[in-house]
Formats: sequence, structure tokens, C-alpha cells
Amino acid sequence: MGEWPLWEVFIRGQHGGNHRHVGSLHAPDAEKAVMNARDVYTRRNEGVSIWVVRATDITASAPGEKGPLFEPSNSKVYRHPTFFDIPDDVGAM
Amino acid sequence: MSSEDPLFDYTLRLGDSCIVLAQRISEWVGHAPILEEDIGIANIALDLVGQGRLWLDLAGEIEGQGRDADALAYHRDAGAYRNHLLTEQPNGDFGQTIMRQFLFDAWYLPLLKGLSQSNDSRVAAIAEKAAKEASYHHARHTDLVISLGDGTEESHDRMQAALDVLWPYTGEMLTADKIDGTLCEAGTAPDLAGIEQVWNDHVSKTLTAATLTQPESNFMQSGGKAGRHSEHLGFLLAEMQFLQRAYPDAVW
Repeated sequence: MGEWPLWEVFIRGQHGGNHRHVGSLHAPDAEKAVMNARDVYTRRNEGVSIWVVRATDITASAPGEKGPLFEPSNSKVYRHPTFFDIPDDVGAM
Repeated sequence: MSSEDPLFDYTLRLGDSCIVLAQRISEWVGHAPILEEDIGIANIALDLVGQGRLWLDLAGEIEGQGRDADALAYHRDAGAYRNHLLTEQPNGDFGQTIMRQFLFDAWYLPLLKGLSQSNDSRVAAIAEKAAKEASYHHARHTDLVISLGDGTEESHDRMQAALDVLWPYTGEMLTADKIDGTLCEAGTAPDLAGIEQVWNDHVSKTLTAATLTQPESNFMQSGGKAGRHSEHLGFLLAEMQFLQRAYPDAVW
């Protein structure tokens, strides 16, 4: 089965929101990957929508680049809108 | 059997076919060719156990002797079972199992759609619920038959061999007997002639797409609906019913 490509599976949960990555599986093609995802990841009524994408089609940031990519934002608290008074009428933001 | 009502036998046939098929495909658990198929096929077994339970509970209610699904499933011997012969056939290789499921689903799904229009509200309710699961099984196995038939030379040959072995067991589901006829006239069950047409269309279309050759033989096995089974059913029940036979009425 080593010939079957790996697929990453994303599920939108019962309560809506974004599709979330839930795991991966093997399948010969996209349609069967959706079917397998249905059986492997939605058995307990977890989802209302499934996305699958070939693992090889994902471009990821390199772990070694963590410093240059993410550290510069650490010291810039002013990027977080925490200095404003939010009127009560607006509710949760 | 102990009820005059034809609906008792009719619901037994549905329930027994589901239960026996579920037991058969559970034999794959832990043995399927890949993990994903293992989980997929176990899911289908669970769907069928659930449906079998509903049909058998209804059968027990119609019979009115106080037997529930468990009593019917575990305390009857092969001669009292009314499942179709196709459902008790051995798994063979994975291709043969998929072919058996496909031939079954091609009959069961249109039947359930017909039964969901039944004038018996209990039958209609179970059929409507079961049809959703059966639609998925139907799509899944159709897809797999096409992929494996139109796959490699080896997978094609295995699927053709599976089709040839199982073909004689398909006629029984599609041929109406007295019970089917009575319930059809009463408006409780659909006409099997209509189901046969849907079955033929879907099966021949799928086999063509799968580059498989539909067997020409018209010889069909029958007997399951009347309790005359192949030798396989006794072994299947011996395993399925072991616990209740060894420890009668054990519960958990």
C-alpha cells in the first residue's frame, strides 16, 4: 500500500467554523480519500464537511526558519489591539 | 415459523439478511488489506447490525410472542433463518467481499426506497432511516467495483471470478414469492419487478464501467427465503451464537 498517496484531512465540525486539520490517511484517489475520511474521522458525528488534500501539495514553513519567521512579532505588543476600550454594545471580539 | 402474518416472514428476511451480512463482513476486522478499509468495512457491519436489530424487533412485535431482536438473532437455528443466500456466502478474497456487498446494495437500496412508501408506518420509518446508510454503502461499493474491475490485470481477474461465483445467488432477491406478492398487493412492500429493473440497470452499467462481463447463465439458486440454506450458514451462526449457546441469556 506504499504506493497510495497520503492525504491530509480537514473537517468542519457540527458547530460550523473553519475546517480543522484532523489527521491523515492513505487512499488511491481524492474521492476514495473523502470516503475513507468519512469512515475514519466522522464516525461519532464529528463533521458536516470534509476536505482532503494531497500531503505532497502542502508547502510548509521549515522548522529551522522559526526564528526569522516568528520571533520578530514577539516584541511588538502594539500589533495586538489591546489598548482600546471596547464599548459594551460591541460584545465579545 | 410461528406467525401467520406474511409481514413477520418478510421482516425476518430483511433482518436476517442484515445480521448475517454484518457477521460476515465483521470477519474482516483486523484483517482488511489496509487500515482505512478495515475501519470502513467495520462501519458498514455496524450499520447493518443496527438495521438488522430494527427489522428483527419489528418482526418480534408482529409475531407477538414476546421475542425481541436478541431472541430472534441468537435463539434460532439455520433452518429458521430467512436471509438471502447471497448474504451468507463466504468472504473469499477482498474482491469477492466487495462484489457481494455491491450486488446486495444494488438490491437493498431501491427496496428500501420502495419500503419507505409503505402503508405500514413502522416499515416505512425503518426503511427511511436505513436508506441513508444504504446509499453510502451503495456508492462506496459501486466505486470500489469499478476501481478494482478496471484496475490491474490481477484485480480485474479476481473481480470477474468473484462475479461468476456470486451471480447464481442474485436471482433469489429479485424473484417474488407468495409473501412478496401478498405484501405488494397490500401496499406494504414494493413490486420486486420494479426493483429488478433498477438492479439490472445499475449492475450492468457498473459492470461495463468496471470492464467486467456479466455472466450469461440464468441458473439461479434459491431457498434462503424459505429457510433452505447453503452449508455456510450453520458455521456462521455457530460462531455468532456461541456465547448465547454456552451461557444462555447472558447479558452485560
